[in-house]
Formats: sequence, C-alpha cells, structure tokens
Amino acid sequence: MSDDISQRVVGDLIEGGIDFVTTVPCKQLAGVIDELDKSDQIHHVPSNKEDEGMGLCAGAFMGGKTPCIIMQNTALGVTINTLATLIQFYQIPLPMLISFRGELGEPVACQVEMAIHTKPLLQQLGIPTFHFHKREDVEELPEILKYTQMCSKPTAILTDATFWRGVR
Amino acid sequence: MNRSEVFKSIVPVITDELVICNIGLPSQELHMLDDQPTNFYMLGTMGLCSSIGLGLAMAQREKVVAIDGDGSILTNFGTLPTIANNVVDNFVLLIIDNGSYGSTGDQPTYTGKKTSLAKVAQACGCDNVIECKAEETADVLKAALEGDKMTIIVCKCESGNIPVPNITIPPVVIRDRFMTEVEKRNR
Ligand SMILES: Cc1ncc(C[n+]2csc(CCOP(=O)(O)OP(=O)(O)O)c2C)c(N)n1
Ligand SMILES: [Mg+2]
Repeated sequence: MSDDISQRVVGDLIEGGIDFVTTVPCKQLAGVIDELDKSDQIHHVPSNKEDEGMGLCAGAFMGGKTPCIIMQNTALGVTINTLATLIQFYQIPLPMLISFRGELGEPVACQVEMAIHTKPLLQQLGIPTFHFHKREDVEELPEILKYTQMCSKPTAILTDATFWRGVR
Repeated sequence: MNRSEVFKSIVPVITDELVICNIGLPSQELHMLDDQPTNFYMLGTMGLCSSIGLGLAMAQREKVVAIDGDGSILTNFGTLPTIANNVVDNFVLLIIDNGSYGSTGDQPTYTGKKTSLAKVAQACGCDNVIECKAEETADVLKAALEGDKMTIIVCKCESGNIPVPNITIPPVVIRDRFMTEVEKRNR
C-alpha cells in the first residue's frame, strides 16, 4: 500500500518531532498507516473512536510526547466536544492529519455529505485549517507542524483524493 | 459508602501519585480534599479520563492513576479494548462505580442493573481486573500501585453526593502545574 507520498508524510512527521500517533483508518490513509508501523520512532496506538484518540494524545502530550491524530473527516462531528473542552480548553497542540473524503474523485456519494460540513465546522471551531489538494502542497507540512506547537492549538490538515493520487 | 467517602479513604494512597480525575463531582471532591499539582482535573469531556490516563502512562515512566466513573466508562467503552491491548504496567484504572450519573443528580446507569464493568473489562482482554467493595478500595489500590502490573479496579459503591465547591483554577494552570510535576519526576 505504501507509496512515495505516504513515506514523505510520515518522514515529515518524524522530522517534525511527532513521536506518538493514534489512528482510525481511512482507505486514503492506508499507506500512511503502513509507514507508521514501519517506523520505530513513532509510537502508534490505534484507537476505536477519534475522541478516544484525542484523549490518548492529550495524555501523551502531558507525558512529554508530541502527538498527532490521523483520521477521516467524517469523524469531525464526534470530536467537537473533545476539541473544545480538552484540546482547546487546556491549550494542547494537536495536528490532525485528516483524509478529506467527499471531494473531487470521490466514488461514494455518502462521503459528500460530511465533506460539505467539514470546513464550516472547522471554521466555527476556530481551528487553523490547511487543505492539501496538489501534490506539492505537502511541502507545507513541516511548517504546519511547527506552527501547531507554536500556537498550542489543534490544527487540521485536510488531504483530499487528488492529493493522494498525485497530479494527473 | 458513597463516592465522596471513597475519595476520603483513598486520598492518603494517591496524594503523591499522578492522578487523572473524572469530570464533575469526582474532580471537585478530590480538589476539595487534597488539591495537588499532581492532580489533573477534567473540567469537561466526559468519557476520556481513562484515555488521558493511558496516554500519559504510555508516554512516561511514573505510575498513573486514572479515577473514572461508571457513566464515563459506559460513554467511551472503546477505551477498554485499547487499554487491554496496550499494556503499560505503570497504569492503574480505578472506576468508581456508584451505579449512577452522580454529578448530574444520580440518574441510574446500567451498571447498577445487569451490566458488570469488571466482566466487560475482562471480555475486552484486560488481564488484572479486580472488583471490590467500597471499603476495600484503599487497600486494593495501594496493592495495585505496589505491584508492577497494569490493573483495572472496579469499586462498587453507593450513589449519593455532598455539596462541593466548583474548581476555579484556570485549565491551563491545571495542565501546566501537572506537566511540571510529570517532568520533574521523570528527570
Ligand atoms: C458529553 C456529555 N454528556 C453529558 C454530560 C453531563 N455529565 C457530566 S458528569 C456526568 C456523570 C458522569 O457519571 P460517572 O462517570 O458515573 O461519574 P459520577 O458523577 O457518578 O461519579 C454527566 C452525565 C457531559 N458533561 N458531557
Ligand atoms: Mg457514576
């Protein structure tokens, strides 16, 4: 499943100091999750629900780790309370690498329903949001990771199908 | 014995430990009885106490006690398989099972009826699960902390609450003083 872009993303996470990652899978993220499991520099803990994962990240952060959560945009709804009352309230830096399902190239109609709400929800929550659409957008990842630590906020990196497929 | 009395009995055992404490009256009771930088009070986010505790235990060496409630475990049941499959021997999860959503007025939960949290934890794969009476909690917790094994304790106690003041410490202060303590102990 692994490919260049997944290797690049995980390499940037490691370079950016990320050493604790929790995931709930998405087809688009399968390559990244494969790469995570190959790395001995990242402690990967699969979680059963994304808000649970954010709890793990908050604990890991307080224990001195630099966490990141990898999830699908359809999970945004179940994390809103956690983002507001844990991650934002206690000022915990948390990059969220999110597969942005329901954008161009999406084969599954149902995914479009949450895609429509994704950016408005993030905006409503005041979460700095970055959208990776073209392959070269990945170049911003190291800076986004620094920015997240600098401001001690959750940040969202939305990665759509065109990004994962590469420029055609 | 209700939750507040259980807290009173365990304070001597946990006063010097890193504690993640459940939202609502549990945090308020602990704060009233024994406020410490080593206590992380949850002011919101019902359900994530055990997850925060596990994340903290995985990230550093010191022992961690997460003091959770039955209602909160029920709302984040996914936590039990994650705990079972990511064993860290510096983690003790104490579930104060008063059979109710105490903080919101003691509405009954299903653990006061047919559901056994200890059996659920075992079914999820947790290895050291101990169900105890409220009166035994301090001793069981002390033994768990002395042993070097991840342990889940389900303390069966009565429901009922006493009036307690709100926590007014700003969340960032709670977090910062807690992290300072964690860092100091891991040096
Ligand atoms: C998402 C969400 N739903 C409901 C509440 C209200 N609430 C706060 S504490 C609590 C009860 C928690 O019960 P339990 O974990 O058993 O702890 P107890 O108060 O009984 O010790 C509830 C329902 C909340 N804070 N967040
Ligand atoms: Mg309860």
